[in-house]
This record gives sequence, C-alpha cells and structure tokens, in this order.
Amino acid sequence: MLPNIPFLQKNKRKDQSKVFVPSRRDFLKLGSLATGGLILGVNFQCAGPKGESITFAPNVYLSIDSDNQVTLVAHRSEMGTGIRTSLPQIVADELGADWSTIKIVQAEGDEEKYGNQNTDGSFSIRMFYEPMRKAGATARQMLIAAAAADWGVDAAECDTKNGMVQHSGGKSASFGDLVGKLKDMPVPAPESVKLREFSNYNLIGTDVPIYDLKDITIGKAVFGADVDLPNMKIAVVKRSPVIGAKIISYNDEKALAVPGVVQVVKIEGSGFPPGLDKALEGVAVIAENTWSAIKGREALEVEWDLGENQNYNSADQLAEMLQSTKTKGKVRRERGDFDGANRSASKKIERTFEAPFYAHATIEPPAAIAHVKEDGSCEVWAPSQHPQWARGAVAGALGIDVSQVKVNVTLLGGGFGRKSKPDFVAEAALLSKAAKAPVRVQWTREDDLHFDFFHSHSAQRIIASLDSSGNLTGWNHHTVFPAIGSTSSKEELHPSDGEMGLGCVDFPFDVPNIRIESHESTGNTRVGWLRSVSNIHHAFAIHSMLDEIAEARGKDPIENALELLGEDKDITFQSEMVDGEYGNYGEKIEDYPWNTGRMKHVIREVATKSNWTANKESGKIMGFAAHKSFLTYVACVVVLEKDSSGKISIPEVFYAVDCGVAVNTDRIRSQFEGGSQFATSLATTSAITFENGQVQQNNFDTYQIIRMPASPKKIHVHIIESQIKPTGVGEPPVPPFIPALANAMYRMNGQRIYKLPFKV
Amino acid sequence: MPKYTLKINGENKEVDAVEDMPLLWVIRDLLGMKGTKFGCGQAFCGACTVHLDGVAVRSCSLQVSAVGDGEVTTIEGLSENGDHPVQKAWVEHIVPQCGYCQSGQIMNAAALLNSNSNPSEAEIEQAMAGNLCRCGTYNRIKDAILTASKSL
Repeated sequence: MLPNIPFLQKNKRKDQSKVFVPSRRDFLKLGSLATGGLILGVNFQCAGPKGESITFAPNVYLSIDSDNQVTLVAHRSEMGTGIRTSLPQIVADELGADWSTIKIVQAEGDEEKYGNQNTDGSFSIRMFYEPMRKAGATARQMLIAAAAADWGVDAAECDTKNGMVQHSGGKSASFGDLVGKLKDMPVPAPESVKLREFSNYNLIGTDVPIYDLKDITIGKAVFGADVDLPNMKIAVVKRSPVIGAKIISYNDEKALAVPGVVQVVKIEGSGFPPGLDKALEGVAVIAENTWSAIKGREALEVEWDLGENQNYNSADQLAEMLQSTKTKGKVRRERGDFDGANRSASKKIERTFEAPFYAHATIEPPAAIAHVKEDGSCEVWAPSQHPQWARGAVAGALGIDVSQVKVNVTLLGGGFGRKSKPDFVAEAALLSKAAKAPVRVQWTREDDLHFDFFHSHSAQRIIASLDSSGNLTGWNHHTVFPAIGSTSSKEELHPSDGEMGLGCVDFPFDVPNIRIESHESTGNTRVGWLRSVSNIHHAFAIHSMLDEIAEARGKDPIENALELLGEDKDITFQSEMVDGEYGNYGEKIEDYPWNTGRMKHVIREVATKSNWTANKESGKIMGFAAHKSFLTYVACVVVLEKDSSGKISIPEVFYAVDCGVAVNTDRIRSQFEGGSQFATSLATTSAITFENGQVQQNNFDTYQIIRMPASPKKIHVHIIESQIKPTGVGEPPVPPFIPALANAMYRMNGQRIYKLPFKV
Repeated sequence: MPKYTLKINGENKEVDAVEDMPLLWVIRDLLGMKGTKFGCGQAFCGACTVHLDGVAVRSCSLQVSAVGDGEVTTIEGLSENGDHPVQKAWVEHIVPQCGYCQSGQIMNAAALLNSNSNPSEAEIEQAMAGNLCRCGTYNRIKDAILTASKSL
C-alpha cells in the first residue's frame, strides 16, 4: 500500500487544505468574553484572569491576538526548502501583516485539522498557494469590515498594511484593536473572499529570509535529536544486516555490562518484504547516554538467519537488468510504429545507461523521541516529512488508536524523501513502551547508509532511429529498476505508472514513432524515493541521448531540443498510454498542462543567460539539458574548465526555471544552488552497492558526497516572471543537471558517459 | 567513573564520563547543549566541529580524556549575542537551508578566520573541505566567509 504521495497516486487530488472546513476544534469553549454561541469557522480564545487578551483565528493557519501578535501556523515540515517561511509568507502578504513581528509555530501531525502535511513531491506551494492566500484574505476582509463599520466608511476604501487597517482618508487602526469587534462577524463565504491584485503583493515574489535563520546561526534551532525529556533514555539498534533477516538468538551479557546500559530489547521486524513504515528486526541497547548505547551495541552478540536476500549482489542484478532491456518488455506508451521506423531508418543509435543505488545521507541521521505514557498514549518528537504517517505507524506498532498518538514535528536536518518513512519513529515508540520511559532512538551514519530506503539502481536502453534527412523518426526507451512498490509487495516487479511518469513516459518530443517499455526486476532491499525520484536516471538517459542525436543530426543541442519540441502546444500523453495512466504528479492535465512553449522559453532563456552561442564559438566547454519534473520547467547549462594540471572543475552553472508564481525568490535560488550540488554528488561521487545482501558502504569515506573544493562554483538562477499558478522547486533542479554535466564532459574529453557515477 | 572539569564557553563544567566518551556526547548528552551536531561519528562530515583553544576540532572523535585544560568553544559560546562576524555574514547571505550542518560550518569558518583573516577562495575551499553540506549551501558559505573576512 502506497501512502498519500501525489506523484504515485492514481487518483487526482482534491483540495487538501482546511481553510474553509471548520473542524470541531474550531468551536472552542469561550472564556469570560464568550458569546455563548458557536461562530462558524472562527475560533476565539480568551486568556488571562480577566479575559483581557483575545485571539481571533478565522482558520487553522493564522491567529491574531488583541496585543497585535500575528501567529502563523506552518503545517508542512521544514527540511531546508524554506517552506516553513514561504507558506506563512503568503498568508502574511494577503493579510497585510507586519512580517517583522509575526510568529510562526509548527503544527503537530493532524491532517484532519490542517489538511495534507506530507511534505514531499515538491507540492507544498503548488497545493497551498491558493488556500494560504484565501486564509490571509479572509482575515483581512473581516478586519477591514470591522474598521470600515467603525469609521462609517466604504470598505473598498480601506486596505491593510504592516499590521494596520488603513483608510484612504488617513484613519488607521491596528489589527489588535479590531480583534474584539470580530466576535460576532461571520466568516465570509470562500467565493466572496477577494484576493489581492498580484501587483499589490509586498512579500510574494521577494527574498524573504527564512524564519529560523538567526536560531540556526546560534545553535538554538531544534532538530530531531535535540529534544530533551526528563528521564529520557537513548537507544541504538543492531538491525538485520540483510533486509528480511531474522534473529535466531542473541546474548546481551556483555552489552549489559557496559557502563550506562540499562536494558536490551528485541524488536520484532516486519520480515520480507519489509514495508515502508515498519521497524526492522533488531536488538536495541537502551542506555543513559548515546555513547553507552553505541558501545553496548558493539558488545552485543546476535545470531541471524540471514533469510532470502543473503546472496543478493547488486552488480549481478544490474547486469541482468541491462541484459533484459534487449528483450521485449511491457509496453507502457506507444505512438505510431517504432519497429517500422527502425526498419526503414538510415541511421540508428542504440545506447544503454546505468545508475547505482543512492542513499539520502541527510547530515542529520534519523532520530526520534517517543514517550509512551502510563495511560498507553504516546507523544512523539520527530524530524518527520509526513507526521500523519508517523502517527499511524506509531499507532500501528503500539496497537493503539491514532487519537492516542501526538506527533510533534521538529526541524529536519535534511529530508530528501528519507524522513517521509516513519520506521524510525515506530522504533522509538516500541522502545519507549519497553523501557517505560521516554526514549530517543539514535541512528548512526552507518545505520543510515545500511538501512536507508534507497533510490533504486537502474538500467536503460534507448534506440533512436533517424531517416535519410536526419529526422528523428523513432524512439524506443526501455527502463528497468526495482520499484518502490517492491518494498511492500513481491508482486511489484515493474515500475508503477507513477514512477514511469517521472521523466519516462512523459517524453515530450515530436517523434512520430515512440515505444516505451519497462522490464521486471525484484526488490531485495528497501526502495524509496530520493529528491526527484525516477527523474534522476530517466533524465540522465534521455538528455544524454538527445545530445548524441543532436550531434548525429549535425545540430547544436539547444537548437535540436527546440526543434524537437515543435510548435507551442499542450501535450496530453494519456491517449498513448498502454494499460496505464499518465500520472502528471497527481494533478489533472487540464489544470497543469505539459506546455512545450514554456519549456522552449526556459531553454531560450538559459541559452541567453549562459551566452551559449558566443561561448561555444569561443571554445568554452558547456553541456546542456532541459527537463520538466514536478510540473516545473527547467533548463540547465553546465560549464567545465580544465586547469594546467589537468584538473577539471565546474566554474559555472546556469539555470532557467519556470515554476509559475515565484513565492520566495531567495529560496527558489537556494534550491537550485543546492540542487546542483546534490546532483553533482549523484553524478560523480555516490553509489551504494550490495554484496551478499549487505550494503558495502559504511560512512562518508566510502559513500561520498560532494565537498566544497569539487562543488560547482557559481550558480546562476534565472526565474521566469509569471502569474501562472505556482509549482514546486525542491526536486526539479536535480534531473537536468546530471545529463548537462555528462554532456559537458563529452565536450571536454570526447568520451560519452553511460554510467553513473562518473569521474570528473 | 572518572570526573572531568572542562572549560566550555568560559565556564568550568564538571562531568562524570567514561574516558573514551567523545567530547560530542559529553556536550550534547551530559551538558545538554544541543547546538553541536552528530553527523558521522568518524570526523568525516564536520557537523560536530567545536574549537579547542581556538582551533577547529571534530568533537565526535576527540575523547573527553584528551581535552585536558584546553578551552572548548561551542556554537553557543562563539559570541555573546550571535553577532560574531561569521554569524552576521551567515545571516546576510541567508546561508542555511536545513541548517543542521551549519553550527559546524560556522565554527570551522570562524577557526579559519582566526588563523587566516583574509583567505582566498581556494584557501576557503581547502579549509572547509571537511565540512559536508547535503543541502549544498557551499556557494553561500564561501561568499559569507569572504564577507566576514572583510569585516574583521
């Protein structure tokens, strides 16, 4: 069973916000200023002995106190994208709040109350831009109505700014002064709430610094492992070295003799397949501090039945996968007659592409704190991308109702998809129950790399046919990789429609004959999703291939891409899908069309910004790729340089991005800066391999991520100005960078790259 | 269990710890100061960087028994009000993304500027090579260090 992940979902989403859905929690008992009745959707709370402070909360995302404190609720998880700032920024802009005095509080995991909180798939801004505007505008409209009535003026002559309602005639009142007048005012119906004109925004479209900036620089920001509870114990777990292994026996005598160790507990694992949200089989050492727990684990003796994956070697599987791409696969998309085009082709290019397993390797390894209380309820603190799933996983592990589980979300020290999975949170809950005390389960780096939910390794074969005039007449793409579904079911041998929709079946180029096929492979570990997911390997193969096709056609790669995209148009893929659905990242294609004009625009922009034509003529080494993912259009140019000693570096990267409305321009740029660094690691340094079912890499010495000296130096990000509804930017920077770099490497040394990672 | 008196952020702190406990866990678990982060436990990532007598060290790989009477400075003690030139430059450039590695980055950068107040870009890259950032804030880190070096 897949969780509520839009890019993997079959059913297109509905509005998942909670702006106009008053839950029972909105009808709180009122204090001394209570009217005694229930006010639709508005929550008034009174505080202080005489009820002198009033709080106005027209929806779950904001509240205003009579002392002028505007509090905005961040209900999505902050893992570095800036979402904890960007969504409140939208509310504040519509509201006309004074950003310098607002407070942001993090919501607990409660989707009934806050709407979707699954921070994944680059969809926070996409899903919540409109609801956040409505949330702020609703409050603004009510504040203005109150002030206008007070002053006897037309509401249309009033606006809000810096936490004040202002009348064009000069009168003004602070939000706090008006809050008391809103008690009996009904919340306006959604359709009657008027949003600001785009030109009136002061925060949207600007570089608003992240809310936690100062706290991070002074070490006060609270991440997963930073929560301290009285009498808390620390647990470190020795997990099944091969996924699916079971414990035959264990001896804890030496572990218990380690000073500080208090208890050793067995965790019953989920077996195989392991599932996405279950704890792995293991033995936990619970101690007074982390070091004692680590040393206690070293002293444990465990005898394993290594199970069905003990002979699994990833290199062997990759070779078999590559071989399978020579055969007829399961056809996923078909246009025209590829075989016919191939028979009559005057030139054929056939290439294979391989990519390894990758680990997320967030610098914060998984850690979670759980406190199972005497009444059986459980409170959790966790760096979770998906607190509602964590809530369910904890309830499931403990055999209690979700209503008995409270999940507090800390900051995440990186997520990239890893911390969607609540396995580590379930561990903390099980161990707290056993220890009868609050427990922090702490993963080490070795644990993180050995027991990740990996990005799958992959093999692909692409066959392109060209006619005698050099037209690209046929495209046959074979892809094979262990599916995310394999983590939960042995039946899932092919990538799902969702995974195929990540940069493979959504091949947008005007080729008359297309056949896209997938092949079977088994899951032998835990497969998950990593920043941009299957787009990583699909984009690498497709855009490396297009570069070769451009060369074969005697065309510049950018000219080639523009030509193959054809006329400006919206593409729908569904009519060519074979027994499947084109996912479009969980959105209806009418709402978010695949528009070739927007793609061509970012390509032309990146050509201009990188001075592509002139630089090419002057001999600069550059590579290009453009790839749409998560509904965002991105074009990328990577520049390479070789110094006198022969060392190659990446002095410059150029991106052009069309993500619709740009909400926080600084955080968009930072996602692209960081995305290019992340992609550099995937392209050049990182790989996970398995021998005898066990991960061969242990720490950052063998699983390398890019370090500053080899990282791209200057990253130029050009954001297209747009008022089209926004899409996300967390993942889209990654896919085009890898082939752009590979294509640049070809121009540097004449060697095409067919396998990741490669040496720069 | 041995007792140690550590000089941390200008104060003497007494701790009971086994002698091989890394300074990182003394700081985090025994003293409850959470600004210094655990990343790899093997001195590969730099998330745990603190100063020992003004020099950057990886606290995950420094045993408490080896600290002696050296002055330890953590991110909490780098400045009185978060106004060390490096911290100010970090704010100016909006360096952090997730923020987790940034205590270590800041401490390493501050130690670099202690020993070289006007580093070149190449010197910054070499000095910061031991500090990993998975979000990829390297460009802004470099810019911020250059800014900080100008204000020294």
